[in-house]
Amino acid sequence: MTDSTFLDSTELVLNMGPQHPSTHGVLRVILKLDGEKVLGTDCIIGYLHRGVEKIAENRTYAQFNPYVDRMDYVAAVSNGLGYCLAIEKLLNVEAPPRAQCIRVILTELNRIASHLLWLGTHALDIGAITPVFYCLREREEALKIFEKYCGARLTTHAFRIGGLLYETYDGFEQEIRDFCKMFIPKVDEYEELLTNNRIWVGRLKDVGILSADECKEFGVTGPVLRASGVKWDLRKAQPYSGYEKYDFEIPTRVNGDTYDRYIVRMEEMRQSVRIMQQAVESIPEGPIMGKVGKVIKPPVGEAYVSIEAPKGELGYYAVSDGSTQPYRVRVRPPSFVNLQALDRMIRGGLIADVVAVIGTLDIVLGEIDR
Amino acid sequence: MIELLKKVFLVDLFQGLYVTFRNQNPKYIYTEQYPAERPKVAERYRGAPRLNINPDNGETLCIACNLCALACPENLIVVTSERNEATKRKELTTFTYDTSRCMFCGLCEDACPVDALELTQDFEMASYTREGQIWDRQALEEGPRPTQYKC
Repeated sequence: MTDSTFLDSTELVLNMGPQHPSTHGVLRVILKLDGEKVLGTDCIIGYLHRGVEKIAENRTYAQFNPYVDRMDYVAAVSNGLGYCLAIEKLLNVEAPPRAQCIRVILTELNRIASHLLWLGTHALDIGAITPVFYCLREREEALKIFEKYCGARLTTHAFRIGGLLYETYDGFEQEIRDFCKMFIPKVDEYEELLTNNRIWVGRLKDVGILSADECKEFGVTGPVLRASGVKWDLRKAQPYSGYEKYDFEIPTRVNGDTYDRYIVRMEEMRQSVRIMQQAVESIPEGPIMGKVGKVIKPPVGEAYVSIEAPKGELGYYAVSDGSTQPYRVRVRPPSFVNLQALDRMIRGGLIADVVAVIGTLDIVLGEIDR
Repeated sequence: MIELLKKVFLVDLFQGLYVTFRNQNPKYIYTEQYPAERPKVAERYRGAPRLNINPDNGETLCIACNLCALACPENLIVVTSERNEATKRKELTTFTYDTSRCMFCGLCEDACPVDALELTQDFEMASYTREGQIWDRQALEEGPRPTQYKC
């Protein structure tokens, strides 16, 4: 120990993760600390790398469909929708209106399930233990609907290229209506627990600020972008799967701190319920599968489709060489791009805020490492 | 002034606590007493695979067309068959299904033209060995027999 270190702080390099529970998976963050202050971070990813994009090259188009569920496993239905839309664009077919409507209902339900898991774990990281029980209780109801619809709760494999495989079960519409009716008071309940709570506000206000310009530079999308005041939602900007038919708002806030991102996500859940309520009243009759052959063999070409997943812009880029297997599938995962902003958000902050900032980015490592 | 009083008397915290106590009612208990009380999974649940047999004569419904093996993304189904000289039809000899690699996507079930292969509502497939996860034709026809616990 040298003389100068007494009372003088030294820089400390600290490993956070990959087993740290609040990194939401296997993210490893190397923190450079000066006492409590964070001087810099370095993210190490890849602990959950499974080579999903390479797997795609050795599977047929239909066979790759279940694998996309395993990227963002919290929002598997959104991933399935993105992939199916990309291959449908390659094939130049469109899902029938009934299929599109059911797809919208299920993806919005999945958005709610994803945000509920985010809220529960985020609150748990901050130190509020109660919300996680309530959130998982309501998420269970959503997962039960998935299980009844397609037979799996998490890795759903709900959609097929060209439409849907499963017809809705008896009482599907009523269950969605009941869920919407039950869920709105529950969101108010979470807000009652957290929004005005002084510990919650004190931990989140002015933490991890990201300005609108910085968001655009980093390519950050989703609720993180909207909390910085940019009104950008792909459901409105480039509607897919019939989103232009539904009336909903894009919640935005201006400060771009962690508290605002919380408010935006809470409001998004309410808007999702609104979309579901409109969609469930207008499910058209008709077929659920488009004109897609048994063997999917798209013409030579490429297609990029991006959708608004719960975490941001989720893009699928597929290249076809005319065979039954894709030449290349590239995924643009929202969490991977949003994670870049982590360093900017916590540099200069306190070490306790690192957990709050990782939580607010709502990352899923399955999607980052792929 | 009111804001200050609210702050002094911890109104925000009591508001939250009120929510917690409101949810304390025992009729809101969600815990499932699993081994004693078995969960009811949905009708479409994709669980343990089963190879259906004709209930009348006990013969398999499988026509050994190999479509499930081709549809499987993980190539975990192996079907072997031999031609019956008398009837000139393919007959199933062995059928193995490696449940340890299965991700229960249901593509094999979709591919089956005669509804012989089916993913059932059984969800308890644990085994003490890896070899126990590879199911042969007999295991697929019988299905898993998990221990039933009573409280």
